[in-house]
Amino acid sequence: MITRFFKKNWLPMFTTMMIFVVWELGIRIFGVPEYIAPAPSSVFATLVEERDVLVRNFLPTLYESLAGFVLGNFIAITLAIAFVHNKMFEKAFFPIAVFVNTIPILAVAPVLVLIFGNGIATKVIIAALICFFPTLVNMVRGLESVSGQMIELGRILSATKSEFFWKIRLQSSLPFLFSALKIASTTCVIGAIVGEWVGADIGLGSLIIEATFNFRSPLLYATVIVSSGLAVILFITVSVAERMIIKWKPEHSA
Amino acid sequence: MTVQKLGKNMTNVTNNMNKTAGVNTPPAVSLNNAHVRFGDMTALENIDLDVEDGAFLTILGPSGCGKSTLLRLVSDLVPIADGEVTVFGNQVDKARLAREFAFVFQDSTLLPWRTAIENVRLPLEIGTKHAHKRPKAVSEKSAEELLALVGLEGREDALPHELSGGMKQRVAIARALICKPRLLLMDEPFGALDEITRDRLNEQILKIWKETKTTILFVTHSIPEAIFLGQKVLMLEANPGRVREVVDIDLPYPRELPIRETPEFNKISRYLREVLETC
Ligand SMILES: Nc1ncnc2c1ncn2[C@@H]1O[C@H](COP(=O)(O)OP(=O)(O)O)[C@@H](O)[C@H]1O
Ligand SMILES: [Mg+2]
Repeated sequence: MITRFFKKNWLPMFTTMMIFVVWELGIRIFGVPEYIAPAPSSVFATLVEERDVLVRNFLPTLYESLAGFVLGNFIAITLAIAFVHNKMFEKAFFPIAVFVNTIPILAVAPVLVLIFGNGIATKVIIAALICFFPTLVNMVRGLESVSGQMIELGRILSATKSEFFWKIRLQSSLPFLFSALKIASTTCVIGAIVGEWVGADIGLGSLIIEATFNFRSPLLYATVIVSSGLAVILFITVSVAERMIIKWKPEHSA
Repeated sequence: MTVQKLGKNMTNVTNNMNKTAGVNTPPAVSLNNAHVRFGDMTALENIDLDVEDGAFLTILGPSGCGKSTLLRLVSDLVPIADGEVTVFGNQVDKARLAREFAFVFQDSTLLPWRTAIENVRLPLEIGTKHAHKRPKAVSEKSAEELLALVGLEGREDALPHELSGGMKQRVAIARALICKPRLLLMDEPFGALDEITRDRLNEQILKIWKETKTTILFVTHSIPEAIFLGQKVLMLEANPGRVREVVDIDLPYPRELPIRETPEFNKISRYLREVLETC
């Protein structure tokens, strides 16, 4: 299995390696000072040396991201279901959802700190906020992706609204939902980190701030790598879940 | 070939073979001075039509003349604006709840996450609130039997994306038959299929009609298909949608594909083409 993985992915792995080599050589040849840009070798060394610090700051960010992911998507899915079943409700609340989405997350973060304080709640809410809108829009689209003829079939079979929802609508929406969840799996990490920037003494976001102000560039780079690693883990988890749940292909391809 | 010219008379589509059914069985479909309107637009005007139980009626007409609307009126999908429509003597909503009729669309409308057999069983899992209004529950076995009837034995567990267009449409037909409907409404069911698949399915639908004795209303835009299948062809004209005429197809059943090469067939075909051009 591992050899197959290498056979399939040798090209991107090769280009990544080449970038590291060029980067390392560039730093050495031009004698760039470490606090401006560290060499990959020193970043990797820091990853190993500072692993305790990195893990200690990784876990809170993981929890905040996960909690934000669950909360934001739960609200988005619930709201999408309500929108699809009640057009009045959609008319009343969709513009507000759009408005909330247009506020830059960096601008709203301090407001949330003032309201919810400096604890984990604020970070979870920011992570949830950033996941919320793409999932709402995709879920509404997914639930409405049922064809007109399918709706007529439901009427001929005298399906109730809830039968139609559980047997037909919900399943039809899954491919749309999963494309939104894949977006959310990476943006929720961004949300948690932004939340930590605004005010936190632990977490990858606060470690980034701390390393920057102390000119500890290798630690800063190592933290960035760990942060993106977290996003990649969440993305892969959602992708694997998608592949296990959706074994079918949508009809529209024909 | 007999042509029934329509004055104010009611068009009576009788199944000549089953005339013994008697006068007291209500017609499968009865339209009496029926009108359908969409806003200011009259889609169907003054439709008078009786289709006897067990008949096979094909419906032809230029596109946009209201063929689909006619089937959708009978299946309680669009409301009647004026006049009367009944299915086996009942109002269409009652007939719908009793599953007196089933519908096959041009698009197979299979649920892509369900296997063939699970798609066939869908009608048994939906509309369960009204199940007591239906004659009797249909057993698991018959879903398999129905797939065999449409020639899909061995493909029960295939997902729709693993099936060809013709196979998907056969699953849709099996699904339509699961509640033993007395009336089958088909709206250009083979319109999107290639010609060879279509020919094979035409033969199959005649076999199904013979075995199930269900009444069939079949919309098509293919003149040969209309003649090959129907005991009668109902010709609609456009703007507004009205009955132009009903043409008897006096070709004996069982019909097989070579019948399309016979002079009688060609004569009817030529006649229908002329009428269609003036609709
Ligand atoms: N739901 C609807 N709303 C408004 N107009 C409709 C609707 N359904 C059909 N029509 C119109 O009614 C006419 C007949 O349509 P249809 O029955 O689909 O024609 P056909 O199936 O013969 O091609 C067309 O002009 C069509 O535009
Ligand atoms: Mg049509």
